[in-house]
Amino acid sequence: MKPIAAIAGVAESDLGSTGKTTFQLHAQAILGALTDAGLELSDVDGLATTGVARFPVTQMAEYVGICPRWTDGTFAGGASYEIFAARAARAIAAGLCDVVVVSSGSNQRSARSRRLGGAVEPHMPDAQFEAPYGPLNPISLYAMAAQRHMYEFGTTAEQLAEVAVAARQWALLNPKAFHHDSGPISVDDVLASSTVSSPLHVLDCCLVTDGGGAIVMTSLERAASLKKPPVAVVGHGEATTNMGMAAIPDLTATGAKESSERAFEMAGLKAAEIDVVQLYDSFTITVLLTLEALGYCGRGESGQFVEGGRLGPSGDFPINTSGGGLSYCQPGMFGIFLLIEAVRQLRGEAGARQLPKHDTAVCHGTGGILSTHATVVLARA
Amino acid sequence: MLEPDALPEINPDTKAWWEATRQRHLLVQRCHTCGRCQHYPRYLCTRCGSTHLEFVPASGHGRVYSFTVVHRPPSPAFKAPYIVALVRLEEGPLLLTNIVDCPPGAVRCEMLVKVSWTKLADGRHLPVFKPTVAD
Repeated sequence: MKPIAAIAGVAESDLGSTGKTTFQLHAQAILGALTDAGLELSDVDGLATTGVARFPVTQMAEYVGICPRWTDGTFAGGASYEIFAARAARAIAAGLCDVVVVSSGSNQRSARSRRLGGAVEPHMPDAQFEAPYGPLNPISLYAMAAQRHMYEFGTTAEQLAEVAVAARQWALLNPKAFHHDSGPISVDDVLASSTVSSPLHVLDCCLVTDGGGAIVMTSLERAASLKKPPVAVVGHGEATTNMGMAAIPDLTATGAKESSERAFEMAGLKAAEIDVVQLYDSFTITVLLTLEALGYCGRGESGQFVEGGRLGPSGDFPINTSGGGLSYCQPGMFGIFLLIEAVRQLRGEAGARQLPKHDTAVCHGTGGILSTHATVVLARA
Repeated sequence: MLEPDALPEINPDTKAWWEATRQRHLLVQRCHTCGRCQHYPRYLCTRCGSTHLEFVPASGHGRVYSFTVVHRPPSPAFKAPYIVALVRLEEGPLLLTNIVDCPPGAVRCEMLVKVSWTKLADGRHLPVFKPTVAD
């Protein structure tokens, strides 16, 4: 393992239904992550964020009052933050900047800004060839992936529901989770919740909440002198596959395979050697597809793999320990929260949900409609 | 399933494709250089990069690659439940579409379907698909 750069600080903003603006949530998370690292805004010379404005990173830099010499505003949906962590690590290693903040967040619950049909831009191909048919975006594409997985491999709605049940169990252990006090759910509860886009039920779908998150990155040397034990970025990979629904190469084999292979190879680690696994869970099917793509089970085997509460706190393959986008928080893009939880696990700060072995972690972000895939491998420095 | 007052934009890539729908003709774009068919229409062949492309008639036959029954429509103009599907045309391309004349409970992956048409307010038509077995 060769460290590229380090994550020195992490924080969330207020989560849930906050009444705050998107910029307030970012600022709160940024200040929190800097405090966690023992750094100040004046130390920051790199910034990455997206989705907040047409000039996302420019506007955010101005809002928090910095003039960065390195920025990245790549918009790749939920995978953006794994992409940012990789690129920031490389920029730091190349000497382009010293301290990068990656921030994320939205007030979509308070603002009631989420639309079931998604955001359709009239000049885009999908406005002519997909939106007229009334798909929910992104839900219907994931629903069709689940349907195809059922057809090809015999996967069941009960197996999909296992992912949501495990996420809720983790949320019960996370005081910051939206569903911390909601009590457990069963497979039957998921199946009894109303169908949104078959075969996905409401409880197969992630939350719609407010929330912000930020991470602070710097060189491993500098991080070693700061407040918290540094976490090293040791591998990363990306794959971009499609924008529209009809452009998807394969509904049951996603770009997460190529993305994760690149990341694991760079890290010199095998999937099986990773202690902490944080996978994007926009929908229950997303987790099944990603488990297969990363190699934790064979193609088509993920349904059986997750049976019997295996992903939960008492299972033998515990993942998504925060409660995930399904039960902890989901402001529209969840990628930053995968990194925050992985860092807390690696540091041993995860309290009641702490995993016993926590030397290495993988975070896999999935954006759009199985469109963008980005993997980051982390290790205790 | 189109919102009654919503008309898809037409652009230089797609004009001929949409115009053909006035006569209920389903076209696909075929590459002169490598022979591959693609959808949606665009400036270049996504396999070989050639810009030598032509429109050819599609047979109108295909199979359901996957589907979903939408129960919560994106706007009140869509009357749920309705079937959204990815259909693989005989010529190769995938299309997002609706399956019509089929109860939501009867649609299956790999079901054979053929093109049908929904009229738009400006005389164009939207290709949708119905089960082939019904004929």
